[in-house]
Amino acid sequence: MLLAAPLVAVGDPGSGTSIFRPASSNALAVHRYSLFVLGITGAIFAVVFTMLVVALVRFRRRPGDDAAEPPQVYGSEQVEVAWTVIPVLIVIVLALTTARTVFEVQDRAKPAGALEITAVGRQWWWEFRYPQLGIVTANELHIPVSDAAHPAPTFLKLQSADVAHSFWVPRLAGKTDLIPNRVNETWVDPHEPGLYVGQCAEYCGTQHAKMLLRVYVHTRVDFDRWVEDQRASSAAGEAVAAGRRVFETTACLNCHTVRGTVGNGLYGPDLTHLMSRETIAAGSVPNTPDQLRAWVRDPNRLKPGALMPAMQLDDHKLDALVSYLLALR
Amino acid sequence: MSSESLPLAAAGAGTDRRLRWLETLHGWVTTVDHKRLGILYVVYGIVFLAVGGVEATIMRIQLAVPNNHFVTPQVFNRMMTMHGTTMVFLVGVPILFGFANYLVPLMIGARDMAFPRLNAFGFWATAFGGLLLYFSFLGGEGLYGAGSAPDVGWFAYAPLTARAFSRGHSTDYWTLAIFVMGLGTIGTALNIVTTTVCLRCPGMKLTRMPLLVWMMVTMSAMTLVVMTPLSAAQIMLSIDRYLGGHFFDTQAGGSAVLWQHFFWIFGHPEVYVLIIPGFAFVSEILPVFSRKAIFGYPAMVAATVGIGFLSMGVWAHHMFTVGMSSHANTFFALTTMAVGIPTGIKIFNWLGTLWGGKIRFAVPMLFCLGFLFQFLIAGLTGIMLASVPFDWQLSDSYFVVAHFHYVLIGGLVMTIFGAIYYWFPKATGRMLSERLGRWHFWLFVIGFHLTFDTMHIPGMLGMPRRIYTYEADRGWGVFNLICTLGVVFQGVAILIFLWNVARSLAKGKIAGNDPWDAWTLEWVVTSPPPAYNFAKVPVVQSRRPLWDFKHPDDPDWKYE
Amino acid sequence: MSVRADAWPRPPETWRLPSRGPVGMACLILAEAAIFTIFVVAYLFYLGKSATGPQPKDVLEFPLLMSLCLFSSSATITFAVDALRKGKLGAFRAWWAATIALAVAFLAGTGLEWRHLIVDKGLTIRTNLFGTTYYSLVGLHAFHVIVGTLFFLVVLGLALAGRVAREHAERTHVLALYWHFVDAVWVVVLTVVYVIGR
Repeated sequence: MLLAAPLVAVGDPGSGTSIFRPASSNALAVHRYSLFVLGITGAIFAVVFTMLVVALVRFRRRPGDDAAEPPQVYGSEQVEVAWTVIPVLIVIVLALTTARTVFEVQDRAKPAGALEITAVGRQWWWEFRYPQLGIVTANELHIPVSDAAHPAPTFLKLQSADVAHSFWVPRLAGKTDLIPNRVNETWVDPHEPGLYVGQCAEYCGTQHAKMLLRVYVHTRVDFDRWVEDQRASSAAGEAVAAGRRVFETTACLNCHTVRGTVGNGLYGPDLTHLMSRETIAAGSVPNTPDQLRAWVRDPNRLKPGALMPAMQLDDHKLDALVSYLLALR
Repeated sequence: MSSESLPLAAAGAGTDRRLRWLETLHGWVTTVDHKRLGILYVVYGIVFLAVGGVEATIMRIQLAVPNNHFVTPQVFNRMMTMHGTTMVFLVGVPILFGFANYLVPLMIGARDMAFPRLNAFGFWATAFGGLLLYFSFLGGEGLYGAGSAPDVGWFAYAPLTARAFSRGHSTDYWTLAIFVMGLGTIGTALNIVTTTVCLRCPGMKLTRMPLLVWMMVTMSAMTLVVMTPLSAAQIMLSIDRYLGGHFFDTQAGGSAVLWQHFFWIFGHPEVYVLIIPGFAFVSEILPVFSRKAIFGYPAMVAATVGIGFLSMGVWAHHMFTVGMSSHANTFFALTTMAVGIPTGIKIFNWLGTLWGGKIRFAVPMLFCLGFLFQFLIAGLTGIMLASVPFDWQLSDSYFVVAHFHYVLIGGLVMTIFGAIYYWFPKATGRMLSERLGRWHFWLFVIGFHLTFDTMHIPGMLGMPRRIYTYEADRGWGVFNLICTLGVVFQGVAILIFLWNVARSLAKGKIAGNDPWDAWTLEWVVTSPPPAYNFAKVPVVQSRRPLWDFKHPDDPDWKYE
Repeated sequence: MSVRADAWPRPPETWRLPSRGPVGMACLILAEAAIFTIFVVAYLFYLGKSATGPQPKDVLEFPLLMSLCLFSSSATITFAVDALRKGKLGAFRAWWAATIALAVAFLAGTGLEWRHLIVDKGLTIRTNLFGTTYYSLVGLHAFHVIVGTLFFLVVLGLALAGRVAREHAERTHVLALYWHFVDAVWVVVLTVVYVIGR
């Protein structure tokens, strides 16, 4: 608790994922409540710690003490009642506050204009579907900012295609799990545009550590523009026809979708606007031409255990394919 | 320790050394004596403490800096799984049942446990299960060629454990080994309960039993009803994996959350099963070194039994993020906070024992005092985790890892060390070195705090648990490095401890019957005790029979 | 400071504690009850959730005859233990053998029922959630019946070899306690599977 204090008070290098830098009403409600809990537990600690220290100092055996035993006190009804009643009262207060915050956050009603997104957790990446907008993307979540004047919260349905995962972007909300055969829900309403990061928080296998989350919060205007870009078909033209042929004939399309081609695989991320993303491999690899090439050549070198196989392409085919991918803006 | 070496048939002079060594080994392997089985359990547990410690060290080296390549993710995940499984099932349970085995018959004035052969079975089943689990490193088939021990986490959530996601047999080693150990554990728990109910010496009413016995009985009774839910879930998992069942098969309508419920119905009370014996040790050691009776014996008994019952109703506080309803979440928050009340009361009772005493800071006492401070903190971080909205941030992060290591190392392991320093003289006839004990204590405390105080911070900065590496820009690196440094101190402390044990076995000061001037029945007999424990069946009139002997003018039974 | 251990005070007038056999068995029963509870919970949890395949009310028939056999065996084992307590070895052997026969009849009934379900109705453990939970729960119970029966056979063998006498009555009583527990579980299974579930 003593260590928490500086974190709570001041900015810190980890503020990108600090639970004490809330940026959404959700996280803010949790934050306020957490400070209350810290206060109570801190007070309890101070009192009991002091009494323990006093006991050890005051009642230690001194050199020169005789061997007589101290008075044997077997108990004291008043004292014992007191130290039963006080904790009970503390628990009652805590429980009531807990109930209030739980209902406030968890049972928040979805307002009419809320953006709805379905997040599907997969080993080891995130699929994001925007059913109202007809968009499917992966790993990098784009949502609009929601200020007090124009509230625009985003409500997420959380599902899983394989094992249990957990969606955790600390500055925006507490975590909620994605569990197969179950639909969970969470919501965020970020108050400031910017990039908020997080990652999967439920052990889901080999690459659980590299199932990262990047949430881009845009102003309304920017968000609408992003939606437009995502809806458009990708710009890949004739210049990369060779690469496109590689894509279509080398099993890539069995897993990946690129709208406008025959590729409609659902097992891997949608690549229609691959180059609109800053990272690949669920946030763990920067999306540069070199890294993209390295990834396609052998995913397991960058993310050991990744389920995408290396397709054993020769350099020529690899170059063509990467050129095609780079054109998917 | 050879209080009962077999008489060498027609030995005469010139006994063959090798024969005597074999005889000794045979004696230990075939023993049904609760004292020997207790020692076997404890030694077994300490060996695996070292093994689990190595696994932890490997993880801490890998996590010391971001994007480290000390081990592959596959190896890390196996270390992570085996470390947790080892520490709970191969260290915690054996050491604590070992102490119960050794002490309960002595403390109630009995000759042995109610079922000595079942007792031996319990130990050997546990031992076999542990070896089976570790055989997985050699025998199972992993897919990525990085070793084949289980890698699904110690709680093995579904459907990660389904055949589709856990190929080969690594998960089956986890299931089967723990199942077999569970059978042994249930046998021993049954033994402890039956012994306490049926074999108490004359005069030892339930209200005169040492608190250690009360607590071991409570934890054993709990074990009977919580170990089996895990066994049940493991049977179901095996049916899924091998008979095509669908208990947790989410593709066929099964529920992954059901596994979590079953696991935590076992898992949460299990951690109370682990810590209650720790409470037992403190409740025996603290009074002796404060020179006062325990403060509020009836309340301590009530609190213990209360914890036993209440702890069965809190399990879903491990599941606050799975999407249970707000009503369910609130309910479990309430029960979890409620179980903190009897636990807190115990801390106050220990404080009340210290208060007005004449405190002697011998090594066993140092460990118990360390426990008091550290368990206080651990309990309070537990309250934070019980606070559901706070838990939505803290769950599955390094804050939780810090919390439970605080309870288990800062709490339980400290009391185990205290218990070893306290009862080693009784079991072996020799004292452990106080000087080495102090080095052990202080180095361990420094290392513990360096690692586990710091560890709360990355959790609050968003670091999830069970990750084999992390990004450099998260700001977690420096804290992880400090955590890793603490391992060095703890490792050295443990080495000093092992050296202390080895040296003291050979050259320790002779202990005598009652080196600590204590008050319970085990201090009446020689150190080590004879095979039959008591030459004459004891008769007691109070909770502290030896106090009555030593203070005939002021015996306890006048005040009960 | 040591205390001489030969100067204990006078023991109390009476000091009787329960005997360890029944207490130990009570502990075992407690543990087993917990296992069965989990299987029953799983059964109830998945009731009505099987999307495809045979449903309970389509395929289950109340197993009256075999249940009567099992419940009667609780009576026969009680008579057997009673007879042994009174030293009537012949009666003991007869009632004990009757218990085994009834247990075997129960198992045969289970076997027939399962054959009917598997072959005629196409319900296996992997068919659907009902199949999985049904066979697991009833199978776990049947396993406990088998284990009990094996113990009974051992005792019967010893009895026929003349090795069982009046002083062993308490031990047979402990076995009988186990058997009564197995019967009680069957009551629960009957209610949950064949009454509520259908």
